[in-house]
Amino acid sequence: MITLVPLVVMLPLLGAASALILGKRPHLQRLVAIGTLAAVLVISVVLLVVVDDSAPLVVEVGGWQAPFGIVLVVDRLAALMLVVSALVLLAVLIYSVGQGLADGDSETPVSIYFPTYLILAAGVFTAFIAGDLFNLYVGFEILLVSSYVLITLGGTEARIRAGVTYIVVSLLSSLLFLASIAMIYGAVGTVNIAQISARMAEIPTDVQIILHVMLLVAFGIKAAVFPLSFWLPDSYPTAPAPVTAVFAGLLTKVGVYAIIRTETVLFPGPELNTALMIVALLTMVIGVLGAVSQADIKRILSFTLVSHIGYMILGVALGAAEGTAAAIYYIVHHIVVQSTLFLAAGLIERIGGSTSITKLGGLLKAAPIVAVLYFVPALNLGGIPPFSGFIGKLALFEASAQQGTPIAYVLIGAGALVSLLTLYALVRVWNMAFWRSSKEVEGYESTLLNNVSEAPGAPAMRATRTVPRLMTAATGGMVVVSLALTVFAGPLYGIASRAGENLEGPSFYVDSVFPGGIDD
Amino acid sequence: MSISLVLIGIMAVLYACGVYFLLERSMTRVLLGFLLVGNATNLLLLTMVGKVGSAPIVEDGVAAGEMTDPMPEALILTAIVITFGVSAFLMALIYRSWRLERDDDLDDDLDDIALRDPTVAALGETLESTKEDSEFLPGDELEPKR
Repeated sequence: MITLVPLVVMLPLLGAASALILGKRPHLQRLVAIGTLAAVLVISVVLLVVVDDSAPLVVEVGGWQAPFGIVLVVDRLAALMLVVSALVLLAVLIYSVGQGLADGDSETPVSIYFPTYLILAAGVFTAFIAGDLFNLYVGFEILLVSSYVLITLGGTEARIRAGVTYIVVSLLSSLLFLASIAMIYGAVGTVNIAQISARMAEIPTDVQIILHVMLLVAFGIKAAVFPLSFWLPDSYPTAPAPVTAVFAGLLTKVGVYAIIRTETVLFPGPELNTALMIVALLTMVIGVLGAVSQADIKRILSFTLVSHIGYMILGVALGAAEGTAAAIYYIVHHIVVQSTLFLAAGLIERIGGSTSITKLGGLLKAAPIVAVLYFVPALNLGGIPPFSGFIGKLALFEASAQQGTPIAYVLIGAGALVSLLTLYALVRVWNMAFWRSSKEVEGYESTLLNNVSEAPGAPAMRATRTVPRLMTAATGGMVVVSLALTVFAGPLYGIASRAGENLEGPSFYVDSVFPGGIDD
Repeated sequence: MSISLVLIGIMAVLYACGVYFLLERSMTRVLLGFLLVGNATNLLLLTMVGKVGSAPIVEDGVAAGEMTDPMPEALILTAIVITFGVSAFLMALIYRSWRLERDDDLDDDLDDIALRDPTVAALGETLESTKEDSEFLPGDELEPKR
């Protein structure tokens, strides 16, 4: 079983290399890319079953004993994240293959797109299984550098402009992360996460808080937590639809994953929990207010993405097993649903020629299937029962109510309000783009469209094009997966709550990495 | 743990200059700032070595306590490689920006300007076309490909 763990990273890297070699044979390259990610998906499912059944898998890379060598740790949380991210990466890959087959190479130049995409996948998987803070940094760098390439793909003026903001902000967060690693190494003399956790208790509290805040700021930039979220709505919407879907679904969640590890294993103390709750509140409210004021669907979705990061931070900030479990379920739900919505936005753009709700109309008649593919995840994100968004929010509110502090109740209220506002923003898209007839678009007057701002430099309407079946199928597959999150909510929530219990205090994680205790 | 004061001083200067450059609008200066801050962080890692000793090679007569901790140096090597790759990418980006816009400044969004002061919105067109301090003469061979 243990040999499967490194394969999760090795396969995408080897796949990227072969895809690069096969640059002149696009069909073979597509097959390699899809095959690689499908294999990783199978491996991750096996890992999840094994890990959930017995103990976490710990691999000492190169046979060097921890803490001297690098360890890879797959516990329930890591395995669950592997499965979900492999699933989303595969679905989006199929979507972009469909787009590439229909349009040629203009949006996603095959020769570099597939290798870069696979390296991005390798980076995401590395970050999830890293048992070593420096390896986590390397994983972040792998995924960030490939995301720099993907976000500036094609090198148009708008993408270079958006890419610069994204790249400079990411560089800053990486440097901050590296500096925190240096300081942590100076304080405890190790970069092994389990050993840091064991030694951190001996460090004075004020030093601990400095290190803790440095790490949280570095991860907070990546997870787009307010006030470090300004870069996201500026940069994500300009990238090609499949790229935005992957970024929105996965990259911010890698940051949230790192925050969970920080809060549960590295610094399990409650010192910063109240601060995190306030940050969660501000992220939720300010994010959704941004979404309400936008006219462009991709920008609306980017702002709801920021807003819903707040829910996950809330779950982590509760500092209890129930809260962590709810946050884990919410991450799974949000990765799937947010990516699906961005894929649906890509389909809307193809049919309507625009993503601005002031210019779209009559799509329900023109493309009923796309309408369903948008409507179901939109209700899901808005938290309508019985979808998974409702289950996740309910679990979060229950965990908050169990804590029972005044701020926890404030957060429950804010969470309910934010979910209503999300629904408002998404249903307004439905009303404008799908429900009103295309004849009404000229000179339409409605209070719903007062004070919405268009995307800067929005391109003119493009001619109507057809939607390739493969793109619809990939989006449909994601919608089915999001429905499965409701149908199989019981077993899934079981895994999430067992993962949450494992993360109650660092002892489970430390004991898994060092079964015989750490000999210093 | 004993730390060289000289290293700390150099690190502080590098950080200060780097942050100053990072706040500039010109992309080239941002790149320089990134290089300076990156190297400052490498120095920070280096100062975490603690007490400096002999080379960490296991041979007769050298006790483990007399050796320098090799770990931060391994981390620095990795960090240098990453910084190198990212700066190469940034340079490609700057070059692309030159080809497209004939300047490497990151301008304000016209919509952002309009939001601050609605009267400026009408000036959008003129703001866009004031690129005369470019090194390229108008109409030369490097016409941007759009």
